[in-house]
Amino acid sequence: MKKIKDYLPWILYFVFFLGLLAINPGSHYIHLASRIIIYSLYAVAFNLLYGTTGLVSFGHALFYGIGAYITGMLVKATSPEWFLLYILLGGLGAAFLSFFIGLLTLRLTGIYFTMLTLAFAQLVWGLTFKLYNFTGGDDGIQAIAKPAILTGGVTKYYLFSFIIVTVCIYILWRIRRSPFGAVLNSIRQNPQRITFIGINVYRNQLKAFVISACFSGVAGGLYAGLDGSIHPDMLHWPTSGNAILMATIGGMGTFFGPVVGAGILTGLEEIVGKYTEYWSFYIGVVVLIVVLLFPNGVLGIKKFRRANNNEEKETEVVCNPGNQKS
Amino acid sequence: MDINTFIAQFISGLSTAMLLFLISSGLTLIFGVVNVLNFAHGSFYLLGTYFAYQIMQLFNNFWVGLLVGAIGAGIVGMVIEFFFLRRIYGRAQEGAFQLLMTFAFILILDDMVKYIWGTEYKTIPKPASLMGSLNIGAVTVPTYNIFIIIVGFFVVIFAWYFLMKTDMGKQVRASSLDRLMLGLLGTNVPMIMTLVFGVATAMGGLAGVLAAPLRTVTPGAGVEFIIDSMIVVVIGGFGNFWGALLGALIIGEVLSFGILWMPELATVLTFIVMIIVLIVKPEGLLAKKATVRK
Repeated sequence: MKKIKDYLPWILYFVFFLGLLAINPGSHYIHLASRIIIYSLYAVAFNLLYGTTGLVSFGHALFYGIGAYITGMLVKATSPEWFLLYILLGGLGAAFLSFFIGLLTLRLTGIYFTMLTLAFAQLVWGLTFKLYNFTGGDDGIQAIAKPAILTGGVTKYYLFSFIIVTVCIYILWRIRRSPFGAVLNSIRQNPQRITFIGINVYRNQLKAFVISACFSGVAGGLYAGLDGSIHPDMLHWPTSGNAILMATIGGMGTFFGPVVGAGILTGLEEIVGKYTEYWSFYIGVVVLIVVLLFPNGVLGIKKFRRANNNEEKETEVVCNPGNQKS
Repeated sequence: MDINTFIAQFISGLSTAMLLFLISSGLTLIFGVVNVLNFAHGSFYLLGTYFAYQIMQLFNNFWVGLLVGAIGAGIVGMVIEFFFLRRIYGRAQEGAFQLLMTFAFILILDDMVKYIWGTEYKTIPKPASLMGSLNIGAVTVPTYNIFIIIVGFFVVIFAWYFLMKTDMGKQVRASSLDRLMLGLLGTNVPMIMTLVFGVATAMGGLAGVLAAPLRTVTPGAGVEFIIDSMIVVVIGGFGNFWGALLGALIIGEVLSFGILWMPELATVLTFIVMIIVLIVKPEGLLAKKATVRK
């Protein structure tokens, strides 16, 4: 199945992010691109849960933020030499936490799952605010040093993030195309049939939850190094909302959709933010348009037309536990 | 803690509970009847506050502001339901799209409020007739808190009468049970859904006006309140009107007493209550529906 078409997104991905280096548009835009690439990992990791498994988590800011805080606090407590290790530890910490939260939240379905994930994220956000001595409270943590090799121009850190993100996205891509990924996909389409086949839905959802949280944590850790500062806003619910926005705008049914969504959302903030301080108004309008007209996102436009009347869509409507009113 | 502090704190908790009830009963009505979890409910709370503020600037009358704030929020709610939300009912993964659309309206409405009225703090004074305070035994309670409790009490009575004793209320309850069947019997279900959405958002607006004299009026006020009322709805049970009352009472008192015992962690306490309820009885305290996987 090694068709060129399967690898086209990868080629475009490399061309875009490496081509940017060749053009060298100045440090401001490299910084912007770093943000896009870090958000891409966050959105792709989130989409494993959202687009693939069909679980709408509204608390992913928790794992993103925890990754950032673990990395930031470890760098502050020791030296920045082990920065890469701390980012991995941030991911592992998020995975560890998500295992216990997943055990509890995945007992619920549909909107109840969404609310419970939101509650856990808000709980940790509240704690971060209050535990001033430990987390820096409102101020967050400033001046997180980078190892000597990454200091200097923003381009170095961009390359560093690019390599880590690419490795992570590749792992997620392999997961998505593995038998396990197929199981997750079928869980979204029809959990009952999956149970009949003899596959444990709960256990597989938990695995997806932990994997998704782990890579979100890595993304958070990377962001901590970008500006050298973290703040409790990273744990607040708009950050969770952003993950859903990026995945949906780009196309939650596709693997690379969230990357496009991250680019669109970050770019939009940047462009609109230049002209007006009311940029969230325009983001809201874009989201409305996407929800009403392109429900499968930018990359899903073609797919939507083709799948408009086929059977898969129909079974999804009937069997999705999220919108059953019973 | 002596008995007087206890009573004072209890009454203060009761007035918070009534405000929470006004918002969360709207949320729960929308969820029960329209089957939408309206994350943007806090924005209607905000709209109510700012409409009232504008009226106060023009006429300097609290009561007109109260009326216009509630009705204005309700009208905006109906427009949003009629032109936008209606288009995504019944779509695959509807839950995610509801979340996104209401999230988009938070962004749009909150920014419009910022654009029109600015970000600086505004104040809405208490009406002169409710300025003072009352003495209950040895406890002094602000008249305005008593007023909120009375308003909340009347809304409870009125809602009970409307939902249980009128034909329209029967239709509303029926549409939360079986929308299709009710439509087959000749009821205009989409109209009921729009009206319920309007009434519910008007209640949110009313709460916004009522709460304004107790807090400062800022564009961020809606978001602060919506999370608490979400917790109320979850504790009481989604779509369950009386559950919202029970949940509001619990959360109002938890907030009120939590500030006494653990001033640092009062806000965290409400989340802990919610998590405990969701783990022990995930469908909420008063709901009958089973939501846990079998």
